[in-house]
Amino acid sequence: MTISRRRDNGCLVKIVVTVKQVPDPNATTVLEADNTVARDREVVLDPGDECGIEEGLQLKEAHGGEVILVSMGPERARDAIRKGLSMGADRGVLITDEQLAGADVLLTARALAAAIKPEQPDLVICATESYDGSTGMVPPMLAELLGLPQLTIAKKVEVDGTTIKVHRQTADGYQVVEASTPALITVTAGIAEPRYASLKGIMAARSKEIKLVGLGDLGIERGEPGETIEGVADAEARKAGAIIEDDGKAVDRIMQVLAQAKVV
Amino acid sequence: MAKVWVYAEMNGGKLQSTALELMAKARELGDVEAVALGSGAKAAASTLGKHGAKVVHVNEDKAFDDFIAEPAADALAALHEQSQPDLILFAFTSDSRDVAGRLAARLGKGLISNAGDVDANDGGFVAKVPYFGGAKMASMRPNSKPAIVLVRPKSFEASETGGTAEVKELVVTIGDGSKRARIVERVAEASEKVKLEDAKVVISGGRGMGGPDNFPLLEALANALGGAVGASRAVVDAGWVPYSMQVGQTGKSVRPGVYIAVGISGAMQHTVGMKASKVIIAINKDAEAPIMKMADLGVVGDALKIVPALTAAVKAKKG
Repeated sequence: MTISRRRDNGCLVKIVVTVKQVPDPNATTVLEADNTVARDREVVLDPGDECGIEEGLQLKEAHGGEVILVSMGPERARDAIRKGLSMGADRGVLITDEQLAGADVLLTARALAAAIKPEQPDLVICATESYDGSTGMVPPMLAELLGLPQLTIAKKVEVDGTTIKVHRQTADGYQVVEASTPALITVTAGIAEPRYASLKGIMAARSKEIKLVGLGDLGIERGEPGETIEGVADAEARKAGAIIEDDGKAVDRIMQVLAQAKVV
Repeated sequence: MAKVWVYAEMNGGKLQSTALELMAKARELGDVEAVALGSGAKAAASTLGKHGAKVVHVNEDKAFDDFIAEPAADALAALHEQSQPDLILFAFTSDSRDVAGRLAARLGKGLISNAGDVDANDGGFVAKVPYFGGAKMASMRPNSKPAIVLVRPKSFEASETGGTAEVKELVVTIGDGSKRARIVERVAEASEKVKLEDAKVVISGGRGMGGPDNFPLLEALANALGGAVGASRAVVDAGWVPYSMQVGQTGKSVRPGVYIAVGISGAMQHTVGMKASKVIIAINKDAEAPIMKMADLGVVGDALKIVPALTAAVKAKKG
């Protein structure tokens, strides 16, 4: 990487990766009576974010610099940051505040932007969407609030000097999208196979800094939430039909169904 | 009447089908003005008129074709300065998501993403949003004006009403400051014979297929039936097949006449994208798999044996 500028702290590149602690996608989950997700369930670092961290670490290894993890959540979300630090990230920032419980996407994006802005990163890496919320709206909002161009759904990233180029996944292939840094990118799960933390990495992570900040520190006040949940109902369920064991005649039954549906 | 905007997504000079799906709903909710940006916008305006748009705001600046999100957000923000709608509808697609997020942040408004429906209610709107992986449906009321709602593709059926829209030039200057994330090349990878979203029959494979080497079995069946092949997120994440084949919350939504789920357990993430199919057939080793509880016909058995036998039977019947 061409060195375009040298920072006061000696780092060449600053990469911020946003991370989120989510309910374990592999665990069976239950809803409380009030339709909130049970709080004591297993939580993990979002698997999509692991790919973002991996991409950040690979860019750091190729071009030098620092990888900073920024998260928002309850204090236990420190565990998710710690996992990323044990993979090799340098330090973490956790925005944690009781006022943030149930934050909507705009408040989430505003808080993240306020925490990221002072870092003046060259690159912000987000997962395309979280495993639990799947709204996918925080990254474009964050890009707007930070005044950065957004290169989204990247399945490949190349950095050359101050130029960043990504392969942006589309329905029938991909687009090559180019911008100058600083920029924000969102990455797909396929971008990089996340590394396992080594024992050395886990030990090293213990002494790495995780800075806790509240809304007051960021100069943000919680406004009116963007939406009100008026009710939660069971989604329309389909009724189960026949379940048969394949005794060699299953194909005949399938053919009957296909004939009824007029596709054969 | 409420004032409703539809962001009519354009791609490669073509109006996207999601725009017409949104039109079908929007015209129930109020007076509809559509916004079409980029090459082909003027031609798209007449189609949007036939689908119920009273006004279509157009601008054919190449910047809308070539740069991600920022020019479109600029145009919508400029239009918003002139008149404020009660509701802006976007499709929950990659391109529209990029635009909607930037616009909402710029206007300082919240938004509701991934909705399956939206209705007028009590002087405002209520969106239905899959919750808890799709097992539940939450009713969410946007508190902002304009309300901004992103609706999943295939949530509504497009239909013509026959009408003519007034076409208005959307006056906006796209500065260099918004020409940043440039699309320099478009590469088509998949030469889909039948588009997954439009296929009358979809055959999808999951982990139960055993590996990517077995996916040609599904392709052979799809070819015999004139259908398309889809996949679960698990196998896309594992790199067996490209993302363009992914069906589910984070992939494509389909509602074919027949959906055949092969070796797919039926996680909510997947079923939210296919449960509107008319007929569902599941083939799975596990009789207890969630997909069996929603299938019209569940077959417990070895997919690698059943699928080739089925392909042969279909070919024999079709002669």
